[in-house]
Amino acid sequence: MTEPTIGQRTSRTEPRDAVPVRHPGRWVAIAVLAVLAAMLVNTVLTNENFRWDVVGEYLLSEPVLNGLKNTLLLTVLSMVIGIAGGIGLAVMRLSPNPVLSSVAALYIWVFRGTPLIAQLLFWNFLSALYPFVSLGVPFGPEFVVFDTNQLINQFAACLLGLGLNEAAYMSEIVRGGIQSVDHGQTEAAGALGMTRTQTLRRVVLPQAMRVIIPPTGNETISMLKTTSLVVVIGYFELLTSVQRIYSTNFQTIPLLIVAAAWYLALTSILSVGQVFVERRFGRGVASGPPGPSLFQMPSFLAQRSSEGTR
Amino acid sequence: MTPMVEAREVCKSFGPTRVLRGVDLVVQPAEVNCVIGPSGSGKSTLLRCINHLETIDTGRLWVDGELMGYRESGEKLYKLHDAELGRQRRDIGMVFQRFNLFPHRTALENVMEAPVVVRGEKKTTAREQAAELLERVGLSDRAHIYPNQLSGGQQQRVAIARALAMKPRLMLFDEPTSALDPELVGEVLDVMRGLAQDGMTMVVVTHEMGFAREVGDSLVFMDDGRIVESGTPFEVLTNPREARTQIFLSKVL
Repeated sequence: MTEPTIGQRTSRTEPRDAVPVRHPGRWVAIAVLAVLAAMLVNTVLTNENFRWDVVGEYLLSEPVLNGLKNTLLLTVLSMVIGIAGGIGLAVMRLSPNPVLSSVAALYIWVFRGTPLIAQLLFWNFLSALYPFVSLGVPFGPEFVVFDTNQLINQFAACLLGLGLNEAAYMSEIVRGGIQSVDHGQTEAAGALGMTRTQTLRRVVLPQAMRVIIPPTGNETISMLKTTSLVVVIGYFELLTSVQRIYSTNFQTIPLLIVAAAWYLALTSILSVGQVFVERRFGRGVASGPPGPSLFQMPSFLAQRSSEGTR
Repeated sequence: MTPMVEAREVCKSFGPTRVLRGVDLVVQPAEVNCVIGPSGSGKSTLLRCINHLETIDTGRLWVDGELMGYRESGEKLYKLHDAELGRQRRDIGMVFQRFNLFPHRTALENVMEAPVVVRGEKKTTAREQAAELLERVGLSDRAHIYPNQLSGGQQQRVAIARALAMKPRLMLFDEPTSALDPELVGEVLDVMRGLAQDGMTMVVVTHEMGFAREVGDSLVFMDDGRIVESGTPFEVLTNPREARTQIFLSKVL
């Protein structure tokens, strides 16, 4: 392993007796990086202010795990609302009906154009605007009346704020995906007698997924951390939990390390998941890995998922 | 006998460009009709109007006695609902210049797709039928390959099998060999020749004069949105009456 950043793919095609091009600059860069890495490892291990004992003590403590649970719950549910809403809005936006298209455009304009914190606060204080919500005939009799504060508790306000905001962003991602599919696909499906809905579901969306997934992965990882904004309406998740702890024991850095470690772990899991989903929807499209990397998937995982594409 | 295709005074414009300027065309069942002409003459548009991929501005177009894309009641035309148009189209197979296979499905899945989704057939039945069709176009061994790993000629043969899977009464071919490397043209034309021998009604937009002469029952020459000359392929190709036909043929033959 003299030059670990060069993939084996290139070396295999070269004749064996060829002298490779020398890259002295790369060796200098590697040496500099190695020294810096050594310094970093040294300080992290020897600087006692990191207080790794405190990190270990709180990593699996109950308040941290409770916060983690809320972070996961909010991320998953908000993304479900966001993706479902985003597909709906994208289809409306692309509809030949000008009313549907304009309504979607208006929604996207409002929800992308106002701060998320303001939206969270708005849903939380909806009762100030509408103390009661009722089901009934518009402008006619009411059948059931709810107290807004009971109907929309803090958790529901979080989901509304995060999910409806996400739907606006997701709809633009989905629209980009749908529009990236060759028009000939729609024509071929139509010529076979498929309706517009069948064409969208069976032909266009599966192909659009390839374009939709990478930015959706971004959105999910971003959402993981955006959930910490729910602190503005008094709800709690991972970051809020560690903040509560260090505000009493003043171990700020170790507890932030605890939160960062969990966020990194979750992000890693999501990234691996994304690779699998991308392979699933990349069927029939020739594209290799994004580039040579030191961080390769374990070979048994790579093996299995590439078999899945056959 | 009801003609399979009947077009009367069909006109079509894209913005200010008049693509079809009053086209009349009759294709009888089991007839192979070839459409030739310079690019931009409107031949592809005419073909796409037959299965209503393009709407027509004026005139009428019937397929097997049914008005395409509309319902006529009294003096008025009513646009057909998406699902009704789908029902009309499922009896008309279409083969595109650029194949338009579904890239996320294997050759076999491409052929199975429409019978399962549109006609609601069982997957097992559709799979058997699809395998038979792939055998008919000589691609049994490629059934589980994705389109991007097939040659152009193989893709086009899969596309023909996909269209045949709906058991169409009429097949439309939009320059089916124009995107192919020269040595792959023959295999596609062979499949089409076989179809014609089995009695399929076909409208073929093509630049393959040899195919038109050998397989075609009738031939129309289009230029500038009009049918300039029509007759048997032998008549039109060897003894064209119109000056424009003569000029075109002198360039391509």
